[in-house]
Order: sequence, then C-alpha cells, then structure tokens
Amino acid sequence: MSAAPTPHDSWTVRVREAGVAALPPEKLLPDGQPTYVASWIYVFGVLTIASLMTIIGSGLILTLKGPAWWHVASIGHFFNSIHLWAVELFFSFMVIHLWGKYWMAAWRGGRARVWITGAVTFLIAIPAALTGYVSQQNFDSQWISTQAKDAMNATGAGAFFNTMNFGQMYSYHILLFPIAVLALVTAHVLLVRRHGVVPPFVLDRADGGGGGGGGGGGASEPPGPSAGGGGGEVRPEATPVGAGSPGAQS
Amino acid sequence: MASIINLNHPAHYVHWHFIQLSVSNLVVIIVMLIIFALAIALPFPGAERRRGSAS
Repeated sequence: MSAAPTPHDSWTVRVREAGVAALPPEKLLPDGQPTYVASWIYVFGVLTIASLMTIIGSGLILTLKGPAWWHVASIGHFFNSIHLWAVELFFSFMVIHLWGKYWMAAWRGGRARVWITGAVTFLIAIPAALTGYVSQQNFDSQWISTQAKDAMNATGAGAFFNTMNFGQMYSYHILLFPIAVLALVTAHVLLVRRHGVVPPFVLDRADGGGGGGGGGGGASEPPGPSAGGGGGEVRPEATPVGAGSPGAQS
Repeated sequence: MASIINLNHPAHYVHWHFIQLSVSNLVVIIVMLIIFALAIALPFPGAERRRGSAS
C-alpha cells in the first residue's frame, strides 16, 4: 500500500498554485486602473461584454420558447428584437474596440495573446451571427441561406456547414458558437487582467527631453513604475487610481 | 402605424468601382467612425481630477 500523498502530489493543488501564480487575486479583481484608462475609447470593451450578456440572456429566453415563438407572440417579438439589436450593438462596439486597440498597437508588451483572442472572437462571432440570421424562419432567412450555401460549398465547408439545414444551423447558433465566443471572451478578459491594459505610446518631446527607449515604428512604450529618467514626463501607469475608476474597462 | 422611415421600396445602394454597399450600411459605418472620433476627442468625466491626484 502506498503512502498518503503529500499536498503537492495532488493535481488540484498544482492547478490552484499555477492559477494563483498566473493570476493572483489582486490582478483578477483589481480595485483600480491606471489613469490613462480614464478615456472613452477604453469603454468599448466593456460595452461589448454588456451587449454579449444581453445577447446571451435574450437568447436563453428565445431558446426556451423555441425558434417560432417570435412569429406568434408579441412578447416573443420583443425578445427577438432585443436579441437582434444587442447583436447589432455587439458588433458595432466590438469593431470600435478593435479600431482603438489596433491604433494603440495593443499587442505590445507581451500582449499578443490578448490581441489574438480578441481577433479570433471577432472572426467566430461572424458565423455565430450568420447562423442566427438563417434561423429566423422567414423569407429573409430563406434568402440568406440560399445565397450563403454557394459560398460555403465553394470553400468546401458545405459538408458540415449547410445553411439550408435548419437543424444544423440552429444547433450551431445556440450551442457551438456561443460556447466558442464565451470561452474566447473569458480568455480575453483573463489575459487583460493578467497583462494589464495596454499603456499609451509615449510621444517624443520636441525639446528632446522626453520619450522612452526606441520601439518599433518610431514609438515607444512607457517604462514601468520603477524606471527612472525620461525627461520628467508624467508616467500615468505608475500611479493607479483607487476605487471608483473604470475598473472593468478593457 | 407608419414607420418613421419608409422602408417599402428596394434599398438604395452606393456603387463606386468594385465597392457596393447599401446606404443604410454606409450610414452605420459613418456613425461608427463619428463615435470612434468622439471617444478619442471628448474628455472622460473626472479624468483631469484623477490625473491631478496621481501626479
């Protein structure tokens, strides 16, 4: 009979320790964000998540009542409209968020996975929306599905993505794609928590006194809180603000 | 009940070389660009106070 396992032999302990090391509680649920986050452009990440929560909530109700409910009940029509317009806002906010992060070069500072998970979320959200549009059970969905089938067949995806197959499209829409989008968004947010919100570029001052080290493309990232020098410019990332800051923004 | 915008007609399209999109989609894109520009230009409430207390 073997000896009793020590705590470090337990996989749960190893997973817990690895999780806490990668994302300690003060990073997972911070009580403040750097001052540079106090800008409207940083709001669109959390607006995208708010839209996604509305999509999931209204989608759950529509799932419980069935895909034809909105044709026969006014309350069904209401929730279908909530679902549709939340999707419209989701894509609008996500694209503005993407524009902002692109021009910030948000993949700097070891944040490549943050950028990649966000970009892949955008790509996965497109077929998630398409399968929703072909699940409407009306002339619009018939038109879209008959037009989209040729594109799918041309790419070879028609064997497992048949837009004329309502059951397949509906199950993709309410199961596979939501799971993929939610998993990617969760990973994206956790990576933002781990690496922090990308700091703005430091502008080179005309008198030559400012600017950090040289970076790619003629711009540079501000140094960390412990770094000195640099012409005396304010280093916003060094002084996190306290409670009341937009902590959920990304 | 009449809608605010009459949709009872074929969609209007903008066609410029290989680019073709409906006017409604073009309006949405322009509105998004305006929101993007405003998000950069408009001050965030309390931003100056936070920067002041941080420096």
